[in-house]
Amino acid sequence: MLSEYEWQALILSLKISSVAVLWSLPPGILLAWLLARGRFPGKALLDSLIHLPLVLPPVVIGYLLLIGMGRQSMIGGWLYESFGLSFSFSWRGAALASAVVAFPLLVRAIRLSLEAVDRRLEEAAHTLGAGRLRVFATITLPLTLPGILAGTVLAFARCLGEFGATITFVSNIPGETRTLPLAMFSFIETPGAEAEAARLCVIAIVVSLAALLFSEWLARLTRRRLEGAC
Amino acid sequence: MLSICIKKRQGDLDMELDIQLPAQGISAIFGRSGAGKTSLINMISGLVRPDQGQIALGDEVLFDSRRNIHLRPEQRRIGYVFQDARLFPHYSVEGNLRYGSRKTNPKQFADVIELLGIGPLLLRAPSTLSGGERQRVAIGRALLSQPRLLLMDEPLASLDMPRKRELMPYLERLAAEVQLPILYVSHSLDEVLRLADHLVLLDKGRAPLQGPLEEVWGSAQMRPWFAAEDLSCVLNARVLSQEPKWQMTQLSLGEDLPLWVRSIEMPAGQQVRLRIRANDISIVRTRAQHSSIRNVLPARIEALEPDESGHQMAVQLCIGSHRLWAHITLWAASELGLSVGDEVFAQIKGISLNQTDWAAHGGRP
Repeated sequence: MLSEYEWQALILSLKISSVAVLWSLPPGILLAWLLARGRFPGKALLDSLIHLPLVLPPVVIGYLLLIGMGRQSMIGGWLYESFGLSFSFSWRGAALASAVVAFPLLVRAIRLSLEAVDRRLEEAAHTLGAGRLRVFATITLPLTLPGILAGTVLAFARCLGEFGATITFVSNIPGETRTLPLAMFSFIETPGAEAEAARLCVIAIVVSLAALLFSEWLARLTRRRLEGAC
Repeated sequence: MLSICIKKRQGDLDMELDIQLPAQGISAIFGRSGAGKTSLINMISGLVRPDQGQIALGDEVLFDSRRNIHLRPEQRRIGYVFQDARLFPHYSVEGNLRYGSRKTNPKQFADVIELLGIGPLLLRAPSTLSGGERQRVAIGRALLSQPRLLLMDEPLASLDMPRKRELMPYLERLAAEVQLPILYVSHSLDEVLRLADHLVLLDKGRAPLQGPLEEVWGSAQMRPWFAAEDLSCVLNARVLSQEPKWQMTQLSLGEDLPLWVRSIEMPAGQQVRLRIRANDISIVRTRAQHSSIRNVLPARIEALEPDESGHQMAVQLCIGSHRLWAHITLWAASELGLSVGDEVFAQIKGISLNQTDWAAHGGRP
């Protein structure tokens, strides 16, 4: 049904988006928690910094990543020499670019959900002898789950659609960084490939729709679990 | 012994408390809303930090501002039943009950479930429970965390009347069966009377009155807290003998001070708590010869306090070692020429006792 080329782009897109979101989750939850509960100087600045990728043109992010994370740069060079980790012109770089762009969406959803958690339930757990870590793991985190899921799906969808930062940072390499949007861009650039572009367009719509339906189903499931209707 | 000596400024309320509570039985903390009742038990539980002072439970210091000690709630082993239950919505009833169990003790688990009648609820989700059921689960959850002290913040306040009636017997059984000091916050004198042994009055961040319930209840400082028609006193009496023919029981308030009440099935020597309303006591100068009133006791007038309304007089009587309030009209007081120190007779028309009251206090001094 799908050509090998289309499969490659689709699988690559899914892989890059999944990796990006999974690696974003722990720091995303931590930062959301800091923003929701913490009181420290510079909180407004941190909040703005996290939200910056939402308003910056993606090409700027790609350019910054190119300067900051390339093998010649300080951070990128150090990562390569210490861990053999290279971002430039690899799918890892594409995942990093997607993660940066989608991060604010993730943090925002988790933070809203954290702020809605009833602190009085945490107090009750403390009076039952639970320390801070246990309260976080057994009360705060499960009650934040709907927000975490919503944020994950939102970020995943944003990663699927990532174009500007990716093409700037890691270019458009077939089988390595050519995700669905980049593949479609290539076809549009190629004269006489309108049919292929249209096919990719349909695939993109189907994948996005599936992601949204899945998130809706997950949300309903967690809501039902939290409200405890049997 | 729980001793609290703290200062705390919270919003408009300036609290300065010095309270000593016994290490057993139920102590009620009574006061109007805004008197600082919840703040007080939040400080005992560790959820709120006092500005200065100290709190100690037995030998253990829970808070001391001078030594900079402030144990966190999870280090205090103090159970807390909140007014709004606060069950965890993502756990089943059983999950809630087991949340605070340090060690699984099947015997204790079974006992608590039996005591509170929550066996059939174990698999339910908290959102499907009624208000009364929720409170029972919350009480069970707190008991199973094996606390050294149990705090209860108006567990009945958020419930409607039928639910209150449903929960009350469980609280009374709890009071009777659990060997655990309980601090019960309430703004209902009725609840206090049915459950507590010890009473602390809280008023605008101060505790002007505290002590055994019978003493505090009858004291003059407590009088403003009762509506005029609710003024009453609480007495401890001993069962003397039964009169099966007329279905009456004779109680004793002390030497030569018998009191007849409708029949109660209790062995001689048993302590009972009874409540006599001021409106149910009348005063006569001489003992009536042919009267329908069975209970006429010699009394001495301790105090005379005219009502604000200007037509009633609250008379404090001393019968044996007990103090009682009687309500009479100012007119009657003036015609009888009553003054402090006079020897009179108190005619008692009604004595309230209820079955659960005896059950709750049976076996305890």
